[in-house]
Amino acid sequence: MALYSEKVMDHFRNPRNVGVIDDADGVGEVGNAKCGDIMKMYLKIDDDVISDVKFETFGCASAVASSSMATELIKGKPVSEAMTLTNKAVAEALDGLPAYKMHCSVLAEEAIKNALDDYYEKHPEKRKDN
Amino acid sequence: MKIYADNAATTKMSRRAIEAMTPYLDNIYGNPSSLYSAGQEAKEALERARASVARCIGADPAEIYFTSGGSEADNQAILSAARIGKRTGKTHIVSDMIEHHAVLHTLERLEDEGFEVTYLPVHENGIVRPEEVEAAIRPDTCLVTIMYANNEIGTIQPIREIGKICRKRGVLFHTDAVQAVGHIPVNVKDDNVDMLSASAHKFHGPKGVGFLYAKRGVRLANLIEGGAQERGKRAGTENVAGIVSMSAALEESYEKTEVTAERLSALRDMLIDGLSKIPHSALNGDRTRRLPSNVNFCFEGIEGESLLLLLDDLGIMASSGSACTSGSLDPSHVLLAIGRVHDVAHGSLRLTIGEETTEEEVVYMIDSVKEVVERLRSFSPVWRDLNAGVKEFIL
Repeated sequence: MALYSEKVMDHFRNPRNVGVIDDADGVGEVGNAKCGDIMKMYLKIDDDVISDVKFETFGCASAVASSSMATELIKGKPVSEAMTLTNKAVAEALDGLPAYKMHCSVLAEEAIKNALDDYYEKHPEKRKDN
Repeated sequence: MKIYADNAATTKMSRRAIEAMTPYLDNIYGNPSSLYSAGQEAKEALERARASVARCIGADPAEIYFTSGGSEADNQAILSAARIGKRTGKTHIVSDMIEHHAVLHTLERLEDEGFEVTYLPVHENGIVRPEEVEAAIRPDTCLVTIMYANNEIGTIQPIREIGKICRKRGVLFHTDAVQAVGHIPVNVKDDNVDMLSASAHKFHGPKGVGFLYAKRGVRLANLIEGGAQERGKRAGTENVAGIVSMSAALEESYEKTEVTAERLSALRDMLIDGLSKIPHSALNGDRTRRLPSNVNFCFEGIEGESLLLLLDDLGIMASSGSACTSGSLDPSHVLLAIGRVHDVAHGSLRLTIGEETTEEEVVYMIDSVKEVVERLRSFSPVWRDLNAGVKEFIL
């Protein structure tokens, strides 16, 4: 029996949307090195749509896969939709995570929300739109 | 290429060990406690195995007790010493911070029952200082338990010096020698050891069998009650096939300990030299006073589980002390004890080579680890911060 689903391993081996966006509209970072997981999300937002997203992750395979999947789930989506992304949705899209790794999907959700918060802080005028 | 580099976790059984066990799974199935000849034949095999194991560690056959493995032997040794101590009002134990959980959790249980335990530091090199053992011994100390060699970082403890101190002070001395027996010379008489634990599957024997050496006169307490097997100290029909196989494996390892140790030490040093070239990495544990098979590194900016899985993709089976691989939130207590901070301890890798390891494999491992570390660092926000000067490098 494998530790992770095929999908987790695929996203871990070939993470999607890896990297940095230098002129990002919103950046979010969650976790800490002490616990062994750090995720950083970069968002580019045009007309209330997430036109580009990149991530960097320090952590285990499920942390890398969760961040990769989360970026896929929100890329090209309206900000309002990205705002409602749940960790459960990330885990389900990965065909499940072991119970003790669910916190990795929580980190992915938080990293995106964190980046969106950063975006709204920089663009307070956009907040009322939502 | 498939490379097994986790020999500290378990070893492949040797041909000799497998062949030694099969007759006892097949025709010679009698119970050693039975009086008829088929039983007595098994009994004789058991006693031959006992004599052989005893010879390999410098003990008398009557001082060897077969167990289900190293953990059981550790539990029995420590709980026995505690019982002896309690009878005379001695409830203090000296140990150290990098023991195996079979020892640590047994000690914790005793602490719950009112015992006091001193956990000695192991310093940066992962080695206990004999003078600190001496200083920690009190009039009410009933046991000193210090492992022979560490399972994670491979450091070899000054067992002989510690044994001498314990003998002088009249304190029982136990050593968890699970990683040492069959790999480096171990002699209970020369080392002044009163109790010693060992496990067969660490020296190419089968899993589920080990032994406890207890010096004549040390009164063992039973963990398992029942029949009179093992001179009344360990009930349950003996695992004859496993025990015979263990003795064959130990004999074989014993015959070539020095040759194997020399060959592996050279490969180990080659591996250490190669991995040291990876920037911001550090060897864990003393450079020379370590098992011939053990290499353990920390790489800054990455996490151990990811490292292991990518190495597995390249055919390398290894281990790590990261929290994610242990199922807990904290990284290895051994790495923390030698002063590695959490951030760095998460990025550890243990490669434990074995008799089948070749030079070609060592070269492949060095290249693969380099490649994987670079790949993980390429998308690590920690690595980015370190390089941007936002965070300071620790290694």
